[in-house]
Amino acid sequence: MNEELSAAGRIRWGWFIAWAAVMLLLPMVLEDTHTLTVLTIWSLLALSLGLMWGYAGILSFGHAAYFGLGAYAYAIASINFGESTVALFLAMLVPAMLAAAIGAMMFFGRISDVYLGVITLVVSLILFKFMNATAGDVYRIGDARLGGFNGIPGFPILNVPGFPSMEIWGTPFYYVVAVALLLCYLLSRWILYSTFGRVLLGIRENELRTELLGYNVPLHKTAIFSISAAMAGLAGAFFAMWSEIVTPGLFALGQSAEVIIYVIVGGLGTLVGPMAGAILLGFLKLLLGEQTLIDNSLVMGLILVLAVLLVPSGIAPQLAKFRKRYIDRLFRQRSGSSGRRRRKLGGSGNGKESS
Amino acid sequence: MREPIVDTRELTMRFGGVTAVNNVDFVLREGELRCLIGPNGAGKSTFFKCLTGQYILNADNGRVHICGVDVTGWRPYEIVRLGVGIKTQVPSVMNGLTVYENIWLSARRVRDRRGSDEETRAVLDELDLGPLSRRLVGEMSHGERQIVELGIVLAQRPQLVLLDEPAAGITGSESEKLVTLIHRINENAALIVVDHDMQFVRMLGAEITVFHQGSILIEGHADDVLSDQKVREVYVGNRAA
Repeated sequence: MNEELSAAGRIRWGWFIAWAAVMLLLPMVLEDTHTLTVLTIWSLLALSLGLMWGYAGILSFGHAAYFGLGAYAYAIASINFGESTVALFLAMLVPAMLAAAIGAMMFFGRISDVYLGVITLVVSLILFKFMNATAGDVYRIGDARLGGFNGIPGFPILNVPGFPSMEIWGTPFYYVVAVALLLCYLLSRWILYSTFGRVLLGIRENELRTELLGYNVPLHKTAIFSISAAMAGLAGAFFAMWSEIVTPGLFALGQSAEVIIYVIVGGLGTLVGPMAGAILLGFLKLLLGEQTLIDNSLVMGLILVLAVLLVPSGIAPQLAKFRKRYIDRLFRQRSGSSGRRRRKLGGSGNGKESS
Repeated sequence: MREPIVDTRELTMRFGGVTAVNNVDFVLREGELRCLIGPNGAGKSTFFKCLTGQYILNADNGRVHICGVDVTGWRPYEIVRLGVGIKTQVPSVMNGLTVYENIWLSARRVRDRRGSDEETRAVLDELDLGPLSRRLVGEMSHGERQIVELGIVLAQRPQLVLLDEPAAGITGSESEKLVTLIHRINENAALIVVDHDMQFVRMLGAEITVFHQGSILIEGHADDVLSDQKVREVYVGNRAA
């Protein structure tokens, strides 16, 4: 890789392997993989928004639309097909296609950022309202009744491809979700390394200039919008399997707001940050859910305000700064002092050190 | 005779009741260097934006042909793909990226990865930007960003270069370098330079088109145009006032 280019697409393999090892070893330490699984699913959802918002500058106020659509697409398809493989594929395809249609309309129609936010929000609201109004028997797709406010329960969960009776649940299901997250992370890094990803960075920095370089900006934005929606849809499908029910609540504004908070608190413009934000805040949300003293969303709002005031760049960039400022300096000082010690002892310092 | 590379016919752009560009017939031929001058509000920048697709045109706006192709209604990226390099009035660069990345992204559109690396280094050397290659463009001075934007334009080796106020915010010695650079670009490409700075326009020594109230007032060589009485009245007179 060219060292002159931004590190956005660079994978630090040492860190990645350590992270993957921790994720894969956690079930051996923790008994409760159920919580771990949902935190990993939220990480995937946050990653999908972090990729689009942090690297292409597209903020969707209704990202839950694609999350919910993925969940519903999975539930409906799995009931009709009687197994999960095709359903999982459709859970990515349906949100991606909707995002491609909406994205093409917005980006080729030169709709400004403010209206873009409004449109994404409205799409989410329309889906929320519509799904709530599908209680009647007429609202069915094949064998699947949409179920209105009560949603769709009792659909097949993940199974080994080709073997509907071999269900994947518990710790094995966590491993599937964890591997999916790791693969999505690698895919995101690969996107950022590619010329397509570099163009996205250009769009984020200066859309007009990127267009004046001859790049088809609307097409690039539509493509990343679709990819992000597919990832959110995958997260939605996993969430459906995890909760074993899908309800219109998946499209709720609160869901969209939460993922935005995960990204901001974790660190916009990074991939690790949104995932870390989702794990930290998601865990806090689960803890707060066990009590009735304080309202959950009040605490989340407070955390967002404090994060914006105290660590405006987010946790991950702040930790990276800390590492550069203190830990790297400490290593440099140590290697410097050992070099001096070697020279004092008549050791072999290279030309650069001695000069 | 050389072929026209830019050819506008009855080009008109209105904003409400104001006609910013009024029935402009303009021709630039291959290899030519042309300066567009005129007082504030003369319609130079609007004309420039019509050429570059920043204002999307329709049939009522007249016609624009670039490199022999009717580009009326085209978007900027489609026009650029004909081999057009565009530098905007306010430096339009990617502030959060380094100098190298800005130029590389431009080169990459027309070359493979390796070719883009080579071209980027060549442009950095050509513009003496090598020592600044890892600097974030957002941390640079206005003049330096102007040069980076020229580098971005150069990296695609276009056959037509459109420069809107390239000398704005540039010091005297930098102006001389810029004039040399523009003449060097002109060895392989036709250029349109929009600028206010009469000293800079004189230094370029090119053919001049004077805009006034959205129309072309006069065209000709720098010495003839700048000594013309009408030009002095509408342009120099206005500046003096």
